[in-house]
Amino acid sequence: MIDMNCGKLKKNAFRVTKNRGVTSARVRVPGGHLRADVLGKVQEIAETYGSGEVHLTIRQGFEILGIPFEKVDEVNKALQPIIEELGINQSEKGRGYDSSGTRNIMACVGNRICPFANYDTTALAERIEKAIFPNDLHVKVALTGCPNDCGKVRMHDFGIIGMTEPQFDPTRCISCGACVKKCKQLSVEALKMDKNRPVRNVEKCIGCGVCAHACPTRAWTRSKTQYFRMTLLGRSGKKNPRMGIDFIKWADADSVVKIISNVYAYAQKYIDPEAPGGKEHIGYIVDRTGTEEFLRWIMKDVNLPPKAEIYKPLYWDGIRYSGLK
Amino acid sequence: MGYAVSLEKFQTVFDSWRKKYDVYAPKVFEGTGRFSETDVVRYGKVTDLADIDWNDRSEYSFKDILLPLSQTLLYFTEHGMTESEGPTRGTIVFLRSCDLHAVKRLDYMFLENGPEDSYYKRVRDGLKFVLMGCDHDFDGCFCVSMGTNVSTDYDAAVNVRSGGFEIDCKDPELAQAFLDMGAAEADVTPDAVMENSLTVKVPENLTSAVAKSSIWDEYDKRCIKCGRCTVACPTCTCWSMQDLFYTENGQAGERRRVQASCMIDGYTEVAGGLCFRKKAGERMRFKVLHKVLDFKKRSGFQMCVGCGRCDAICPEYISFTHCVEKLEAGMKEVSGHE
Repeated sequence: MIDMNCGKLKKNAFRVTKNRGVTSARVRVPGGHLRADVLGKVQEIAETYGSGEVHLTIRQGFEILGIPFEKVDEVNKALQPIIEELGINQSEKGRGYDSSGTRNIMACVGNRICPFANYDTTALAERIEKAIFPNDLHVKVALTGCPNDCGKVRMHDFGIIGMTEPQFDPTRCISCGACVKKCKQLSVEALKMDKNRPVRNVEKCIGCGVCAHACPTRAWTRSKTQYFRMTLLGRSGKKNPRMGIDFIKWADADSVVKIISNVYAYAQKYIDPEAPGGKEHIGYIVDRTGTEEFLRWIMKDVNLPPKAEIYKPLYWDGIRYSGLK
Repeated sequence: MGYAVSLEKFQTVFDSWRKKYDVYAPKVFEGTGRFSETDVVRYGKVTDLADIDWNDRSEYSFKDILLPLSQTLLYFTEHGMTESEGPTRGTIVFLRSCDLHAVKRLDYMFLENGPEDSYYKRVRDGLKFVLMGCDHDFDGCFCVSMGTNVSTDYDAAVNVRSGGFEIDCKDPELAQAFLDMGAAEADVTPDAVMENSLTVKVPENLTSAVAKSSIWDEYDKRCIKCGRCTVACPTCTCWSMQDLFYTENGQAGERRRVQASCMIDGYTEVAGGLCFRKKAGERMRFKVLHKVLDFKKRSGFQMCVGCGRCDAICPEYISFTHCVEKLEAGMKEVSGHE
């Protein structure tokens, strides 16, 4: 009979499936961005060791299906070139992934491709991956280029939304009104025309960059500094699914990385020792400790730029299935 | 007289020019493109030779040196008005042959077609032009078709060469700096493109009857009326007047002229809210026929200089040149109806 340490198998990024003795290998792709040759390697593993089928995971990875338990070691060796090409932190070569608790960092396509994105989501996703992986704690991070939130980052523990501070050069404005119109149609109506010039309501503006995109003359441009909105503790799940709420706006990338990195010490201290598989959504831990304690930990040694604003108070709602407190 | 000089020597010449002139040239404006972390090449004041971008066609033309996007003409109070001040120094503009031909169009419009425009003239009088030789064309250039590929009426012309520059300097004042340094003389002919990969033919039989053809219809849906084509165009010069009142009583303020565009909402709006060209196709028709038909009827030469900027800047990938190519079919269509 098979003897398999399921805990170790799962931490090694293999799934215990419904089919006895059959696992699948989960390949993380930070930021969802890869060179096409990785696809060939995935294909090769699927056809050599698995059933020949691959599932595109929700978190921008591959799940190579139908791998018999006895092939796990060989698959780990075969995964090595993929792990190296994608720049995944690893303690021992040829042994696959070191953990699976902290999930793949997801990202929309970002400003390498998308006209609306305010930053290079791929690069920041890779930077965050480097900073926090491998880790057994269950943390989900997702990045999106602009407040359109195509990355659905508000469903994650930490959502990173790209912002820009619109810069206006009145000498280049021809009063065409494109910015005002687009801000109204696509965004938060933070611009209005006054004396033939757009006036930006700084409080309302969410830094989406629609004005800079719409402006035909380069009167509106993006700030050299890139800013970020961070959303906090969104989640799916059976207990209390909810959207992440606004946490900080006009944050900088260094702070974003630092805050996310800080969550691990907090979670280690306060995680429910009885948590199944040693994994608990951060949000449920915060429900126990209270938000203040959580903030004390994640804001440790974080130096936000002067422009950054922290939202207060933080309050989550979401779906509450009947009968649950 | 022509000269061949090193980069350092041309920098010395440039520095001596700058003592008397402001210099404007195509320049990379980092991070200010339409998309994040992209640049835009447009005209700006340059203080160092290295600031000049020789490698690109600027996305926007030189025209805002002569016709600022927004320009205060005068300041008024209840008792009188004061005109804004014109330039106190001369200006040197580095530009390519198509743009130098565009200056001829602007001069015609502002100096020869009716009374002189004093706000134009006061800048124009102090301008000197340095032709940037084109040793190759850019994607979508069609200067040869429009007869604007060669220029001779420059003050100086510059060819970029490996290790230095060749300059033909006609203007004695600009030439003085070369004489002062004893620059090596050379025979210099400005680089010019003699063949474009794109040729554009305006039909000989083109008349305003083509306005009734169906070729314009597709633009109703494709064009977003943003006006980038006209803002980038070196020969689009329409403007609106704006009075800005500083005070609540409306008795002190300034009058500006601001570039306008036949592609943008409001251009044909009249009192009562009537709008003559609502549909994008109608606006496209007006623009295209103005560029290749109406202007020529009055002036005797084409307005379009074939710089290709309108095609390059259109976010919806609408090609002016492609539209011009369709005019022949449009003429056939409308003559069939007669």
